[in-house]
This record gives sequence, structure tokens and C-alpha cells, in this order.
Amino acid sequence: MIGFQTLLLKEVLRFWKVGFQTVAAPVLTALLYLFIFSHVMSGSNAAFPGVTYEQFLVPGLAMMSMLQNAFANTSSSLIQSKITGNILFILLPPLSHWNFYGAYLIAAVVRALAVGLGVFLVGIFVAHVPVHSVVWIVVFALLGSALLAALGLIAGLWADKFDQLAAFQNFIIMPLTFLSGVFYSIRSLPEFWQGLSHLNPFFYMIDGFRYGFFGKSDVSVWLSFGVTAGAFFCLSAVTLYLLKSGYKLRQ
Amino acid sequence: MTAAIDVQGVEKRYGSFVALDGVSLTIAEGEFFALLGPNGAGKTTLISALAGLTRASAGTLSVMGHDVVSDYRAARRALGIVPQEIVFDPFFSVRETLRFQAGYFGLARSTALDRWIDELLAKLSLSDKADLNMRQLSGGMKRRVLVAQALVHRPPVIVLDEPTAGVDVELRQTLWAFIRELNAAGHTILLTTHYLEEAQQLCSRIAMMKLGKIVALDTTDHLLNAFSERVLRVKLDGELPATQVALRTRLTGAWHHFAIHDLAEVETRLAALREAGARITSMEVAEPDLEEVFVNVMNK
Repeated sequence: MIGFQTLLLKEVLRFWKVGFQTVAAPVLTALLYLFIFSHVMSGSNAAFPGVTYEQFLVPGLAMMSMLQNAFANTSSSLIQSKITGNILFILLPPLSHWNFYGAYLIAAVVRALAVGLGVFLVGIFVAHVPVHSVVWIVVFALLGSALLAALGLIAGLWADKFDQLAAFQNFIIMPLTFLSGVFYSIRSLPEFWQGLSHLNPFFYMIDGFRYGFFGKSDVSVWLSFGVTAGAFFCLSAVTLYLLKSGYKLRQ
Repeated sequence: MTAAIDVQGVEKRYGSFVALDGVSLTIAEGEFFALLGPNGAGKTTLISALAGLTRASAGTLSVMGHDVVSDYRAARRALGIVPQEIVFDPFFSVRETLRFQAGYFGLARSTALDRWIDELLAKLSLSDKADLNMRQLSGGMKRRVLVAQALVHRPPVIVLDEPTAGVDVELRQTLWAFIRELNAAGHTILLTTHYLEEAQQLCSRIAMMKLGKIVALDTTDHLLNAFSERVLRVKLDGELPATQVALRTRLTGAWHHFAIHDLAEVETRLAALREAGARITSMEVAEPDLEEVFVNVMNK
């Protein structure tokens, strides 16, 4: 247990020591999105009756930032350690694959929550956002961040160089987050694109998280929960298998 | 008595390339053991297999009786490894690095641990660097931190893979004094080094590897006696008389080498040279050395 706690502490301190880059910068980016989009789209119809566009935007931006940063935390930590060679320090001790998985995942969730809270706090200065269900907010924040943290671990294990990781981030994570209904309701899309959006697991994380604030969503919150939880367990199983087999860590 | 390190029939193949070819080796508790060989002989692969960084294709390895695969937790707790490459975590200070490493091995923060870390830092002349970030250290200092990291969980078996590369002479002496102290206290030491005189001075037993196989394994004294001899080296004013050429074992630069079995033979050999007409300008007697053993074993 001490080994796990130590690795968790190390992973949390790793991002906290460069907090401007890992927490403050994503909050600032989200704030810029918020100012620009709320200015350009001001007055346009939001998805739900009684909800302004600015209100609609804040939870989506918070969730998008959480997802991106959870992925960035595990993937960048792992690839940096692999490339610089200091991964050795955690491969030599008697840490199990569960210790490894748990510590990296929880540290990424901590960073995601710090960023999400930061975005939410600056967001409520722009728009008053109601809270319908704290439970759903917390459930989707935790599950979504953990899911992307697990995906980041897989990407970090798979990538041999920063370029491959950047490709994973820019060609998979970014499009999926941007096309998940952060800036719009998928109901405003033509039928074909609505159908396509339902294949995007990020959509369910954002929609479920937003339900926690407004009590309204594009699809049933239980469906969003089922998809998000299912995806999390599948990715976790893959991550644990890779860690146990020593994929690209032990020859 | 449990062997500190037991390696039996270990093979490691990467496709058609055989890095370890049926290596068997037993190192007793408390030994100071050297594993020597040219680059690519398989030393680091063997150490990696012991550490669980590489999985052997065949054979078994254990540390203090614990199999490195089926009982990996106990095996890793018993092992401290100083890696060949200098690696460090740029986010943390020296002290933080050591506390984390101790924690990974299950040691909770305590005053006893902090005292041990202070002692390690003092022994390795790093006390004044404890709170510096790892990036601020020189290469030699980073290597000493790697030594401290390997020792911080007090493992009974310590593996040093080229620990003195890039470390200056004074600090090398400090390091060896400390490692000798640990050995005297009962720790088993496995050393790989290219500084053969270090292995000769420190180690009681030596294994030599070539192309993934152990080609020599014996006590240091036996190896020196079997593969090296005492040599009389002379420099001459002029050529070596033709009658003496057949007796010469080697010529390096201006030095003519003659094998001698004991010191009493020195005078006889010098007299024979003078009688043959050689004019000796300089001479020295060289004791058997590991470098010669190494060259002879590798060229066998």
C-alpha cells in the first residue's frame, strides 16, 4: 500500500510542480473559449428551454477540459518516463500492475478535477449555472476523467516517441472532444450527424455531465452513464492487461 | 545456506539473436562478485533478467531464494540495482528522489528513514546537494544518487552495473570504500565494470561472459594463476640477441616481455640476457593482472 501511495503522491506532485502549465493554462484556454463563443453566439438558441447559451457552454467546457487533461496527465507522464529512462525507478520496485494503474489513474483524475473546478469557478462569473444533481455531476466527472486517464495510459504505453503521442492526441482525442456537443446541442445537427454523434463516447460524458446541472439532456442520463461506465471498464481491462504483460515496459 | 543469486540455464532470445545462451551461475551470500565481458556479452541482459526488466526465454533466476517471476515482490525487495545509464526525474530534488524510491519499496516516511537517507548522502558526498533539483547535479553526482537510490531500501543484494563510469578518482575511492563497508556488513555485491583493476582488487570471484555464455568462472586468484603470469619486462640499448628471441613472450613498444615463475628467476633471466650481449637500460617486474586474464580468456 505504501508503494501505491508513494507513486500516487509522486504523480500528483509531478503535475502540481508545474501547475501553471498543467492546471492554470487549461483554465485560461477554457475561459478564452467561453468569452469568444459566448460573445459570438450570444442570443442564439440553446438546446434546452430556459437555458442560455452561456449557461449551456460552461459545463461542456469544464468537462472537455477535464477529459483532455486527464488524458494528457497519464500519457505525458508515461512517455516522458519512458523516453528519459526514469521509468526504471518504478519498474525495479515490487509495484504491481494494479498499483501502477491506480496511482497513475487517480493522479490524472485529481488534475482533471482541479482543472474542471477552475473552469467552473471562472465560468460562473460569466453565467449563472444551476446545479440539478451533484451526484450525477460527480459521477460523470470521475468516470469521464478516469476513462480518459486509462486511454492516456494505453497511448503512453503504445507510443515510442512524442510525435506518436501528439498524433493520438490531435487526431483522436481533440476531434472526439470538439465534436461531442461541447459547443452545441447535437439536436441542432442534421439527422445524419446526430446519428454519427451517438457513436462518439465523448458525447455521452458531456451530455451526462450537463444533465447534472440542468436536469435536461439530449439522451437519457442512464444511457450516458451506461456507455461511459462500460467504456471505462473496457479500457481499464485493456490497460491492466497491458501493464501486467509488461507491454513496451519489460522485454 | 541460500544463494544470494541463483541463475540456472537462462536463455534470452530476440528473434534469431541469442543474448543469453544457457547461463548458470550461483553467487553466495556475502560474496563480492564480478561479472566481466566485452560490450554485448550479455552482462546487462542478465542483470535486467534478475531485475525483472527482461523476461528470460528459458531457465530460472532467483534472488535470496525468491524466484524473480513467481515471487517477484520478495525478489525485488532483496535487490538494489545501480543502472548503467544515468537516469533521473527532473521534477524532484535529491532528497525527494530518495524518499520516493524508499516508498516504492514499501518504506514509510519516518525519522529512521530520514536518518538513513542522510547517512547515504554523507557516505556518497552528497549532503550539500540534498535539496538541489536533480537537473542541477553533474553527471558524477547523478550517478552517486543512483547508487543511493539502489541502497535506500537496504537490499541484501546489490548489483552495480558500471557504477564508476564518469566518476572522478577521489569519488571512486569514496564509493568503493562505502561498497566494501556494505560487503563487510554482509551485503552481497555483484559488479560489472570495464575497470578491470577494480574487479581484481575488490572481488573474490569472477565470471567472464562472451557472446551470451559464461566462458570463465573461478576465484580471482585461480583465474590470475591460470591465465596470467609474472612478467619481467626489459628495455634494451639495441636489438634483442637472436638466441633470446624464442624466450620472449611478447613485445609491446620497446618492452620485451619474459615470463617468470618467481622472483628468484629474475636474476637468472637478466644474467642470461647480459651473457647473450644485451645491454639493459630499464627493467620492471609486473605481477599477474586481470587485464591479461581477460584478453587470454576472450581470445581462447
